[in-house]
Amino acid sequence: MTTSTGSKYGTGQRTVTVRVNGRDVTREVSTRTTLADFLRDDLDLVSVHLGCEHGVCGCCTILLDGHSVRSCLMLAVQADGHAVETVESLSGNPAELHPIQESFAEEQGLQCGFCTPAMVLRTKEIIETGRELTDAEVRHEISGILCRCTGYQNIVNAVQSASAKLRCGAAGAGCGAAATDDSTGGRH
Amino acid sequence: MKPPAFTYCDPDSVDEAVALKNEYGIDSLVLAGGQSLLPMLNIRLARPEALIDINRISDLQKIERWSDVLEIGAGVRQYQLEDHPLVQELVPLLPQAVKFIGHIENRHRGTVGGSIAHADSAAELPCTAVALDATLVVRGPSGSRTIAARDFFQGWMTTALEPEEVLVAVRYPVMPWTAGHGFVEVARREGDFALAGAAAVVNLGEDGRIASLAVSAASISDTPVRATAVEQALAGELPTKENIARAAKEIVPSVTSGDDMHATRAYRQHLATVVVQRAITAAVARAHERSNAQ
Ligand code: FES
Ligand code: FES
Repeated sequence: MTTSTGSKYGTGQRTVTVRVNGRDVTREVSTRTTLADFLRDDLDLVSVHLGCEHGVCGCCTILLDGHSVRSCLMLAVQADGHAVETVESLSGNPAELHPIQESFAEEQGLQCGFCTPAMVLRTKEIIETGRELTDAEVRHEISGILCRCTGYQNIVNAVQSASAKLRCGAAGAGCGAAATDDSTGGRH
Repeated sequence: MKPPAFTYCDPDSVDEAVALKNEYGIDSLVLAGGQSLLPMLNIRLARPEALIDINRISDLQKIERWSDVLEIGAGVRQYQLEDHPLVQELVPLLPQAVKFIGHIENRHRGTVGGSIAHADSAAELPCTAVALDATLVVRGPSGSRTIAARDFFQGWMTTALEPEEVLVAVRYPVMPWTAGHGFVEVARREGDFALAGAAAVVNLGEDGRIASLAVSAASISDTPVRATAVEQALAGELPTKENIARAAKEIVPSVTSGDDMHATRAYRQHLATVVVQRAITAAVARAHERSNAQ
C-alpha cells in the first residue's frame, strides 16, 4: 500500500456544489477557505457572523443537513454535496417574518443582533425536535452560542414563544392565546 | 485567522488514507470532525503540508456489535452516540459522557476517533475509553494493530499512533447489564473544558459488595488517568458513603496538573476527589437500580 496517491490532490481550487437554502450552487473554492468565508464572501450570505473564527462564540452557526454546526470550523470543500441553511432561508422580506423571527422581535430577543442569526437557526432546530422544553432546558440548548447583550432571558422567552406558535400551527386548532392564523409551521 | 495553504486530500477509503499518511508522514494531519483542528489551523498553530480529510470514508462510520464487543468507527459523530440504541444498550456510559463534550454544535461534527486521537486529557472520550478498557484499532502501511486505551495515551496530546497510522475504530467491551456507571464533570460554564471529570463502572456481588470497579479521571494530568488506587481501596468493600469518600481521596496523588489560570493544584485535587466520589456514587446507585429491576 505504498502507491503514491498524493499527486491527485493539490493546494489549489476545487469545484463544489452545495445546496444552499434550497438551491444548488456550484462554485470554485480555494481548498483552505472555511465554509463561513465561502458563505459570506462568495455567496453574500452575511447573516453568517464571524465572532471568533475558532469555534468559541457560535455566531457562525448554520444548519448542515439540518444539524447546527459552526461554519468557521468547516472547510467549504467539505460542504460539497451537502445542504446548508442560513437564516436567509426563513424570510428574505422584513415585512413577512418567519414566526421564529417574529418571536425574537416581539420578545426583544435581540439587541445588537450579532448572535441572532445563529440563535434563530438553533431555535428552528430545537423546535423541530418537537419536544416541549423548560426554560432551563432552553438555556442548555442554546449554550453553544454566546450573546453579549441580552442576558439570555429574552432569548429564552423568544424560543418559548416561537415554539408555542409553531407547535400550535402544526397541531392545528385547540391552542392557547399564542396561536395566530399565520403560524402554520414555517416555510422550510 | 485563515488556515495556511495545505494539500487537501479527501480519500474515500481507509487504504488510501493510510497511503497518504505513509507518503506525507509527520507533515500531514488527519481531519476528522475538525472541532480542535480547525481552530488550530485558523490560528495557524498547525501548519500541515497535507490535510487528510477522512469524512468521506463510509467504512469509518459504522457502529457494530461483535459478540461481546461494540465497535465504533472512528468517523462516527459524537452526537450519534447520544441516542443510538446499540450504544445505549451495550455501553451506556458513553451516551452519558458524550453529552458533556462541548456544545451540540460541536458534537454534530466532532467524531469519536478525532477526540481520542487528539488526546486532550480533559476530554470525555479518552477518559471513558480508559475506564472501559477499550481497544483502539489502528491501520498502518503494514496492516492493522490494536492498542489498549491505557497504553494509547502517552503524554500531553501524545499517543501511541505512528505518523503513518490512522485510527480506524474503537472497540468497547459490552458492559454487563447489571453494571452501574457514572460520569461527572465540573466546568465553570456549560460546555467548557472540564476542570475535573471522572467515569466509573461498577459491578456489585450478590452480597452487595464491590465485585469490580473501574474509575478514570479527566483533566487532572497530561493523560486521562486510570484511578487504580481508588479501585483497590474499594475492592471487596461495601459501597457505603464513607467507604466511597475515603477511597476517592486516593486520587489526590494522581493530580499532576499544576496551577494555571483555570485552577490551583489544590483546588484540582479537591475537585478530583469530588468528581470521583460522585461518579462512583452514581454508578453504585445505577447498579442497585439494575439489580432491583432484574
Ligand atoms: S466565529 Fe465560529 S464559533 Fe465564533
Ligand atoms: S444581541 Fe448582541 S450578541 Fe446577542
